[in-house]
Amino acid sequence: MHNFDFVSPSTVEEAAAALQGDEAQALGGGQTLIPTMKQRLAAPTTLVSLTGIAGMSGVSSDGGALTIGGATTHATVADQAGAYPALAALAGGIGDPAVRNRGTIGGSLANNDPSACYPSAVLGSGATVVTNTREIAADDFFDGMFTTALDEGEIITAVRFPVPQAASYQKFLQPASRFALTGVFVAQYADGVRVAVTGASEGGVFRWSEAEAALSADFSAGALDGLSVSADGMIGDLHGTPEYRAHLIKVLTKRAVSAAA
Amino acid sequence: MATITMTVNGSEVSAEAEGRTLLSQYLREGLGMTGTHVGCDTSQCGACVVHVNGQAVKSCTMFAAEAAGAEVTTVEGMANADGSLGVIQQAFQDHHGLQCGFCTPGMVMSAAALLKDNPKPTEAEIRDYLEGNICRCTGYQNIVRAIMAASGQEVPGAIAAE
Repeated sequence: MHNFDFVSPSTVEEAAAALQGDEAQALGGGQTLIPTMKQRLAAPTTLVSLTGIAGMSGVSSDGGALTIGGATTHATVADQAGAYPALAALAGGIGDPAVRNRGTIGGSLANNDPSACYPSAVLGSGATVVTNTREIAADDFFDGMFTTALDEGEIITAVRFPVPQAASYQKFLQPASRFALTGVFVAQYADGVRVAVTGASEGGVFRWSEAEAALSADFSAGALDGLSVSADGMIGDLHGTPEYRAHLIKVLTKRAVSAAA
Repeated sequence: MATITMTVNGSEVSAEAEGRTLLSQYLREGLGMTGTHVGCDTSQCGACVVHVNGQAVKSCTMFAAEAAGAEVTTVEGMANADGSLGVIQQAFQDHHGLQCGFCTPGMVMSAAALLKDNPKPTEAEIRDYLEGNICRCTGYQNIVRAIMAASGQEVPGAIAAE
C-alpha cells in the first residue's frame, strides 16, 4: 500500500475542505477501500476519515421516515433500525460480524459495488441520499457499476428511507465473498410497489419495472408467474451465467413478496 | 510518522506509525504483541480479530490511526489476572478447539464478542457468528463445542475433558 496522510476531521465542513485536496479520498469503515488500497487499485495521498464526525452516526425515526447517518455501521443499523425491519435484516446480513462493526452505509453507497446489498434497499425504498451540499433521489443516485451521482469530494451525511407498509430483502449468497450473487429488495408503499435488483446487472442496481407494475396490481408471488427477465446485460462470471442470474431475479422476487406479504 | 497512543489490554501504549500502518501491524510490529495473527490480509479469514471499544473488528482492515485513543483488547488480554487461561481459552483447550492454532486468536476474540452480546448462543448462532473466521484444520466442530462449553451450556457429543 502506498503511504498517505491520515486526517480525522470532527465536522463535515472540515472533512469537505480536506477532500478538496488533490488525490484526497474519503474513508468510511474501510472494509472495501482498505483492501483496494492494499492491491494498489487506489492510492490516495490524503485519506479523510468520516467516522469521527459527530452527528453522522446513528438511526432516527420520524413521521414515517427512518434517517440513518452516513457513517453509521451496518451493525448499528441491524440493531437500531427496528422501525424498518427489512432494512435492519439486510444490514445484519452484510459480510460478517467484524465487517458489520466497521462498514458504513455511506461508504457502501458511495462505492456502489454492483453486488452490494445496500443499493437495493435505497433504490427499492425510493430513499433520499443526503450529502453535504444537496439531496439526491435514489432514482438519480446510482449511475452504473461503481459510479454514482456524487461529485468529487461530496460526502453522504445521511440516508432518509420512507418506511413501507411491507418489505423484504432476499439474497442468494455468493458464499466465498458473502456478497449477493443476486439480491432483490421489494417494498410496498401506498402508491405502489418498488422492486430493486442487485448483483445481477452489468449496469449495477436497477428496478424491475414489469414486476413493480404486476405487484402494484396484485401483491402476491403468483402475480409474477407470467414475467421473465432477459439475460441481456446480466453479469456472467465463474459464479453464475447471465441466464442463471436472470432466473434468480424472479425466484428471489417471489421469495421476497412471500416473505413480505 | 506519527506517534499513536491507545489503550491495549488495559495499558496505555504508544508507537510510531505511518498513515498506512494497519492496526494489526501496529500491534505486532510496533508493540511486539504477536498473539494477533495475520492470515489472509484481505479481511476474509478473521485470524486478526481484536476488539476496538468492545467491538470485534478485523485489525488487518483498520488503520492504526483509526484506533488512536481507543480501548483495544487482543488475545493477550484474554487470560486471567494470574496468567492462567481465561474461560474461553480453557474451553478451547478442553475441547481441542484447535489443531495448528493459527486461527485461534481470532476465534477466541470472536467467541468473546459473541458471548458478550449473547451469553447462551445456540449452535446455529455460533456457526453464523463465526462466518468471518476461517479454520482449515478442525472443520469447526470442536470450536463450536468449545464455545458452547465456555457459555456454560451442555456440549452435545463432546468427549469429556480429563
